[in-house]
Amino acid sequence: MVVAPLDVKRTDELRSLLATMNRVPGMVNPENEIIPFGQLPDLHFARLVILEDQTLDDITTAYGLPRRNYPLYLAFLADFDGDVDGFRKRLIAVAHKGLEQIFSFCTDFKPGTDIEHWMKRREHRPSTMYINWVGRTMQQIREENTLRQALQTLVFSSSAQFQTSSPEQIRRAAQDFVQKAVSTQQLRLTPIGKMPLMWHIKNLLHLIFVPIVLLFFSPLIILYLPIFAFQLRRREKSDMEIAPRPTAEYVNRLARLEDYDVTNQFTAMGSLKPGLFRRWLLVILLWLVEYSTRHIYTRGHLARVPSIHFARWVFIDNKRRLVFCSNYDGSLESYMDDFINKVAFGLNVVFSNGIGYPKTNWLFFQGAKDEQRFKYFIRRHELPTEVWYDGHSGLTNFDLLRNAKIRSGLEQQSMTNVEAMQWLQLL
Amino acid sequence: MPNEVDYDDVQGLVRFAFGKMHEACFYLVRIRDVAAARAWLLNAHVTSARTLSPPPETALQVAFTVAGLKALRVPDEAIAGFAPEFLAGMNEESRSRRLGDLGENAPAKWSWGHADRTPHVAILMYGQKGAMAQCEAEFKGPSWNVAFEELKRLGTSDLGEVEPFGFVDGISQPSIDWEGKRTVKGDQLVYSNVVSLGEFLLGYSNEYSEFTDRPLLDSSSKGAADLLPALDQPQKKDLGRNGTYLVMRQLVQDLHGFWQFADKAAHSNPEERKRLAEAMVGRAMNGSPPEPYCQPIDGVGPDEKDLGYNQFTYDNDPVGVHCPLGSHIRRSNPRNADFPNPVKGAISHLIQTLGFGRKGLRDDLMSPTRFHRLLRRGREYGPGLSPEDAVQPQQANESESGLHFICINANIARQFEFVQGAWLTSTKFNGLSEESDPLMGDREPVAGCPQPNQFSIPRESGLRERLGGLPEFVTVRGGAYFFLPSLRALRYFATVGS
Repeated sequence: MVVAPLDVKRTDELRSLLATMNRVPGMVNPENEIIPFGQLPDLHFARLVILEDQTLDDITTAYGLPRRNYPLYLAFLADFDGDVDGFRKRLIAVAHKGLEQIFSFCTDFKPGTDIEHWMKRREHRPSTMYINWVGRTMQQIREENTLRQALQTLVFSSSAQFQTSSPEQIRRAAQDFVQKAVSTQQLRLTPIGKMPLMWHIKNLLHLIFVPIVLLFFSPLIILYLPIFAFQLRRREKSDMEIAPRPTAEYVNRLARLEDYDVTNQFTAMGSLKPGLFRRWLLVILLWLVEYSTRHIYTRGHLARVPSIHFARWVFIDNKRRLVFCSNYDGSLESYMDDFINKVAFGLNVVFSNGIGYPKTNWLFFQGAKDEQRFKYFIRRHELPTEVWYDGHSGLTNFDLLRNAKIRSGLEQQSMTNVEAMQWLQLL
Repeated sequence: MPNEVDYDDVQGLVRFAFGKMHEACFYLVRIRDVAAARAWLLNAHVTSARTLSPPPETALQVAFTVAGLKALRVPDEAIAGFAPEFLAGMNEESRSRRLGDLGENAPAKWSWGHADRTPHVAILMYGQKGAMAQCEAEFKGPSWNVAFEELKRLGTSDLGEVEPFGFVDGISQPSIDWEGKRTVKGDQLVYSNVVSLGEFLLGYSNEYSEFTDRPLLDSSSKGAADLLPALDQPQKKDLGRNGTYLVMRQLVQDLHGFWQFADKAAHSNPEERKRLAEAMVGRAMNGSPPEPYCQPIDGVGPDEKDLGYNQFTYDNDPVGVHCPLGSHIRRSNPRNADFPNPVKGAISHLIQTLGFGRKGLRDDLMSPTRFHRLLRRGREYGPGLSPEDAVQPQQANESESGLHFICINANIARQFEFVQGAWLTSTKFNGLSEESDPLMGDREPVAGCPQPNQFSIPRESGLRERLGGLPEFVTVRGGAYFFLPSLRALRYFATVGS
C-alpha cells in the first residue's frame, strides 16, 4: 500500500480526477486512460482511496485528549501475483503518465520525481495480510473459468448423447474434449505454478519462528498474564463507546459506490486507543493473526468466513492509526452478518483496540455482538473508495473454488462413479 | 426476559393475518388536509392484537411512510430516530441495486411509491365476504375525502389457499415468542422456528438479545407523556414500542408467462410441466414439502397442517436433489442453524468456531436464518388462472393478477432487504451462478456474469437439469416502507403536530 500526504486544498480536484476513471461510481473502467488496470493481467484488485478520517475528534470525546491533526493521505493499493517490485515496474510501464498525474496531488511529489523510487519509499507493508487462496493466480482463475464454460457447453449441449453414459464415462468424454481443445490451443491449462523456493524457505522459518518466540517468552507471558488481565479489564470497563448512527448523507456517499459487482470493496480507518498498552497489544495480536493467515487460513476461508478475497491491516502514523481494506463477496449487510455471526471474536480482538469500539468482554466476547452499535461503528469508520478495480469481476470465492475443483477433478486419472457424480454436480 | 405485551396497544396484523376476513383492500393515500387527517386518525377504530370473543368481523390497520409523518408535522427529532432504510425509502437508488429493482422493476416505472406517487399513509381494511363496500364506507366516514387524496386503492381477491400461480401459499411463518420465554444466549445449534419478539415488534429484545434502534423521546417532550417507557432505558419514552415496520410491494405475476414457459420446457406434458413448476417453487402445488419428515422442529405445530407443511430442514439435502438449491422456498428461508454441521460439545464448538471441521463445499456460504425472518401478511389480487388456462394464449382485457406483498419486521435492512438481496435475487446464492429466484427474481445481467436466467435442478446422478431462458415472471409495480405504529404512537402522530 502506497500512502502519501495530499495537498489538502486540492482534494476536491483530485476526487474529480479520480471520478473520471470510473465506469459507474466507484467502479473503475478497466481501460481508462489514467491507469488502465485491465492491461495488468496479474492484478486481482486495486483501489485508490483518500484516507479522510471522519473520527479524529473521538480521542477528545473519549479521553479528553487534544485532537491530532494528521496529514490527509492518498492510498493506492493492489493485490497481485508475484513480488511487489516486479508489479510496480509493470504498473509504471502501463500508467506512467497517469500515476504522475495522480501522485502530483501529493505534497512531496514534484515533477521529475522518480515514480518507482517514490512509490517504494511510500510503501506501507501490512501488519496482517489475508489471501483467500494463497498461490491462486489470475492466470489460473481465467483459465479455469474458461474451462468451466467450455465444459458446460459440452455437457449441456450434448446432454442427449450423455443420457445413457455413466458419470465416469461423461467425465472421460470431458477429458478427451479438453485434451483436444488444449492441443488445438482453444483452451489453455497452464500447470499450476509453484511458489518460489525463497518463499517456501521464508514461510517455513516464519512457521517455526513464531512458536519459538512464544515458547521462549512463555514464562514471562505466564507471569504477566494476571497483570495483563487487570490492565485489560480496567480499560474494558472504562473505555467509552462511540458508535452513533452515521448521517444519512455519509451512508449515501458510501452506498452509491456499492453493489455493482458481486464483489465489493471495503476501506475503513480509525485511531488506536491512546497509550502503549493498546498499541503493543494490537501489534502482538496482528502479528499472531498474520501467523494464522500465513499458515492456517490459506485455503478458502478466514475462520468461518469464505467470502473475503483479500484483506489487509496496515498501521500508519507511527502505529497511532490503523487502516483496514478488504474485497468481499455480497453486499455490506451480508458482510457484516458474517462479521457478527461468524467471526465476532476475530473482529473484537483487533478492533476493540480502536477508539469507540462497542464494549468487549475479555477481549473476545460481546463487541461486535452488539449488532447495531457495531454496524454504526463500521459505517462511521468506513471511507468512500474512490476508485476500485476487480480483475475477475463476476466471480466469487465460491466460483473460484468450484472452478479449481472442476479442473483438479478433470485432471484426475480415474474416479469411482460416486466421485464422478459429485464432480458432475459441480458443472 | 419475560415480556408483558399490552395487546391493546399493538396493531392486530402483527399477531393475526385476519384469515377469516376473506376480503381486503389497501388504500394508499396522501394527506390533503392535515387537521382533517389528524381527526380521522384519532377517531379511527384501529384493530388491536387483543383476542376478542366473538372475533371482530372487520379490521382496520394504519401505517405511515416518512413522508406521511412529515406531512403530519411530527417533530424532526422524533422522525430522526426511525431506521435509516425507512427514512431513505425503498426507491432510493443504491437500494434498488440490492433489491433487484432494476430494468422493468425500476422505481421510475412504478405506478406508486415513487416521486409524487409516494403514499403518506397505508390504510388496510379487512372484511367479510360480500360486506366490503359497507365496511369501507364505515371505516372511511364522512371526512375521508377532506382528509385524504386517494393515490391507489389496491383491491384483493380471495383465491382460497393459493396464490395466482396456483400454489398453496403463506404456509410457512415464524412462530413469535410473545411471552419472552426464549432465551437467546450464544449460538443456536439447532434450527428453530421460534423467533424473538424483538424481530417483529420494536421495543423488545431481538435475536441478538439487544433492542433494535427506534425513536426514544424525552419524557418532557411534547405529547410523549402518554407513550410507554423504553424497556432498556426506562427514563425515555419509546415511540417505537409495540410498533414495527411494514414493507409493501405490488408484484404483478405473469401467469401465462410462467405456465407457458413450464409447458414449453415440458414439451406440453402436463405432469412434467407440474414437476418443473414445483421444482422452481420447491414445494408441491398443494404445499407438500420436498422432504416428508425430518425431525421435530421447535415452533412448528402442534397444528397437524403446520407439521405436514413445515417439519423439515435441508440438512439432509446439501446438493439440492430433493429441493433445488435455488428454488423459491429454499432461497426465502434456508432453515439453517448458526453452524452448518452438528456441534457436539464444547471442543467441537470451538473447533467449528475457528473454521475447522468443515465438511461440505457449501459450508458457511449461508447466514443463520434466525436473523432474517419475515412475517408475511400479503394478499393476492386478480382472478388467478389454472395452469390449463394459463398455457392458453392471453385473452384480450384479461385482468392482471399478482400479490400485494406485505411483510412485517423490526429491522428492514437485516430482514426484508437481506432476504430480498442476499437470498432471493442474489445470482450467487448458495454457490449458484447463473440464476436468480426462479419466480421473483429479476434477470438483469450482473457485471462479469452470464445473464441470470437459468434454473438448475440438481440430480443424484450428477449432471443437473438446466432450464434456460427464464423470462421475468414477476414485475414490481410499486412499493414503500411503512411504520406500523402502536395505538399509543398513532395517537401521538395524530396530535403532536397540532
